[in-house]
Amino acid sequence: MLAVAGTIPDKNLPLVEGKVSLQGGNILISNTAININRGTAALLGAAMKTLEFMGKPLPYAYLVGDIGLGDGSRKMYRHLTEQLPKKEFNVITFHYAMPDVDWFNKIVFAIDEMQQRPLLVADAGSMYAAKMSGQSPAYEIFTPDAGELAFLADEEAPHPFYTRGFILHEDNLAPELIKRAYENDNAAKYLLVKGSTDYIADKDGIISSIDSPKAEAMEAIGGTGDTVTGIVSGLMASGMSTKEAAIAAAKVNRLAGYYADPTPATQVIQIIEQIPRALQEVFG
Amino acid sequence: MMKRLFDFIKSKKELPDDFAVERGMLVFDNTSEVIRAEVILKKGGFMIKVMGPPPEIRTGCDLVIEFPLIEQLNIIRELKNAGLEPLNAVPVSSPLLKPVDLYQVKDFGSHLMVRAANMKITIEKDSLKIVNISGGGCPDVPYLAGRMIGETLSSAPEPRSIGHTLCGYSLQLAYEEIKKRCSQ
Repeated sequence: MLAVAGTIPDKNLPLVEGKVSLQGGNILISNTAININRGTAALLGAAMKTLEFMGKPLPYAYLVGDIGLGDGSRKMYRHLTEQLPKKEFNVITFHYAMPDVDWFNKIVFAIDEMQQRPLLVADAGSMYAAKMSGQSPAYEIFTPDAGELAFLADEEAPHPFYTRGFILHEDNLAPELIKRAYENDNAAKYLLVKGSTDYIADKDGIISSIDSPKAEAMEAIGGTGDTVTGIVSGLMASGMSTKEAAIAAAKVNRLAGYYADPTPATQVIQIIEQIPRALQEVFG
Repeated sequence: MMKRLFDFIKSKKELPDDFAVERGMLVFDNTSEVIRAEVILKKGGFMIKVMGPPPEIRTGCDLVIEFPLIEQLNIIRELKNAGLEPLNAVPVSSPLLKPVDLYQVKDFGSHLMVRAANMKITIEKDSLKIVNISGGGCPDVPYLAGRMIGETLSSAPEPRSIGHTLCGYSLQLAYEEIKKRCSQ
């Protein structure tokens, strides 16, 4: 089963955990409805659409309110270090959270105590913490966009905010940055790099690149990275190999975006609604 | 002439990259306090810069304020008067990390997008309405998106007034850049 851990931008949301379900434009967890329009909720929405299609159990989630002060993230970290050793998941996806190296190291130790070690997926703040803690190779896959890839490639940057200009420069092509990230052990076993061309790579180089269908506007739409992370997590949890899951997730996400006929003002919920149709085309 | 003089004085409030005076750094409990202190000290005319802390005090989402050591007493007093106290003020012994200063701009015709580091902001050109915010990974990003999307550049709250993290600060830089481009 897939587990997802992340924050929700509602300071009044206490730490909740449990199986999630879909109800219209919301996810339901512990009798709480959360809008799936952005962030970790959008990732969960995409993962649920994927798991439903694959006929697999819906995910288990650990969610907490945090609007950037880190209070909710720390509650979640503490809870995860206590609870994970008692749980069984085949994939755990870490998402929006305050990057905190000390807590992330503790979580990796807690995961080591699990009876069967799950595959770890990290995106957003969790990926930043994973890189900064020097634990990137312990993760199965990272899902960076162009700015985040430059951060992974910059061995000195502790956060994308400090990525040095000569690395961030747009003349730097993704394949070179991927190589540099692996040379410095700052990449997971696999990378799914989101962009106008999506790249799936490992330490030996680019495994696959996907550049169609192309919808230029996707780059501007908040949450399209969350959806691809949700899709790849769902496919991995349903038993697919990471490499196949990453290639399929990139195709499904692009198709879902294309079917939504996007403009730079499109909201991600419109893309999530197209995921079943895109899955049908890729796997049908 | 007056305008040029004003611009010159204003520019002197920013520390040049190679300034030679002894430098110190102010360490705060969290990024929100750093952002608040920056606003207070810049308003007070102090020559300060927001920078990344040295490795020994990094936790993951940190900023410090670099300042001329000679101004330490005045700066601490200014902050205290505003109800803000740093955890520590220490001399800087090695180079601090510099925030991102490179922007990527994409013109979609009817819409304009600016990226600073990992944060992107997109507006509709005609109305100056913010239509999307993307990228980032700190917990205030979805919160900032929820508060800013649908507002115009002039009616939206500034990211630094409601954000708390380095992603919020990156969004502030992208927001300032897109505002600058729209006023040209």
